[in-house]
Amino acid sequence: MDFLRKLFGGGNDGSGAKAKDRLRIVLIHDRTDISPELLDSLREEIVSVLSKYMEIDNDKIEIDLDRDEKAVALVANIPVLRIKRGNVDYDKV
Amino acid sequence: MPARVIVVTSGKGGVGKTTSTANIAAALAKFGKKVVAVDADVGLRNLDVIMGLENRVVFNFIDVIEKTCKLSQALVKDKRVPGLYLLPAAQTRTKDAVNPQQMIELCEELKPDFDFILLDCPAGIEGGFKNAAAGADEALVVTTPEIPAVRDADRIIGMLESMGKSPIRLIINRLRPNMVQDGDMLAKDDILDVLSIDLIGVVPEDEGVIRATNNGEPMTMTLDSPAAHAYLNIAERLLGNDVPLMDLESYTSRGFFSWIKKLFKRRTRQY
Repeated sequence: MDFLRKLFGGGNDGSGAKAKDRLRIVLIHDRTDISPELLDSLREEIVSVLSKYMEIDNDKIEIDLDRDEKAVALVANIPVLRIKRGNVDYDKV
Repeated sequence: MPARVIVVTSGKGGVGKTTSTANIAAALAKFGKKVVAVDADVGLRNLDVIMGLENRVVFNFIDVIEKTCKLSQALVKDKRVPGLYLLPAAQTRTKDAVNPQQMIELCEELKPDFDFILLDCPAGIEGGFKNAAAGADEALVVTTPEIPAVRDADRIIGMLESMGKSPIRLIINRLRPNMVQDGDMLAKDDILDVLSIDLIGVVPEDEGVIRATNNGEPMTMTLDSPAAHAYLNIAERLLGNDVPLMDLESYTSRGFFSWIKKLFKRRTRQY
């Protein structure tokens, strides 16, 4: 059957489809490629915002882009030591 | 009206920037426009050879920038098509010999005298690209239906967008309709899906390109090949005319005999 299908050109997945898949994945990664400098400045800003609300463990912060075959996610692991209760105006929340 | 300044670029080398520049420039001139093709590839100039004007180059645009000569002295007039000019690059200098500001000034100096200024950009994303792109308002991005070329095109499109170039339009070069039909090549729509920019034309793979380069005569001057027609259509679309895309599949013979031949081809490929 496989032989017949190939003979008549039906259902024959050529290398073009593979190229399209590979291209799509390469571009997902390229477009989300981040320089170490940019990642550092992102980390600083996140820390400064979070620090308004909580005390965080600066030495154990992990921020990185997590890539798999199909998507890219920003993954942050930020240990919280204590919530700053006094500084937040709960009436406004 | 001052000239439209268009950079022809790709990121990856060898996809047909210079060939595209020469053919679109010649086609625009055939439509009665006054066109200058500027070779912005300092140190590796080739537009002069593709256009067949290498023997007539005396000065280059670096000479103009450094005021060694006047602009009119550096321009090479193509005697075959009225209104077509070449501004050559320097061969014995490097890309550091110019900066973006000087390129902008050069384009400003050319603008009043022309309808179109086409800048043939060097490969890469460094200084040479930035120089060439600096003076341009619009961009044509050339790619081929292969992963490396499309990937680099994506990078270049991002850079052109951040520089504020508009419109940025895509030329898909060296497409083989029969390979696309067989599912063995990225199709036009596959590329447009991932790049999401406007297409201005598809140029089929064509042996005529090699002959034209050997002869030093842009194909759009003689118009005896499929690629020549594709470039002529691109020029028309640049002029704002609504020209339908060529039916590239008609270049792949599809009669009964070729169907039989194809069957045998598939068999031989399989075994």
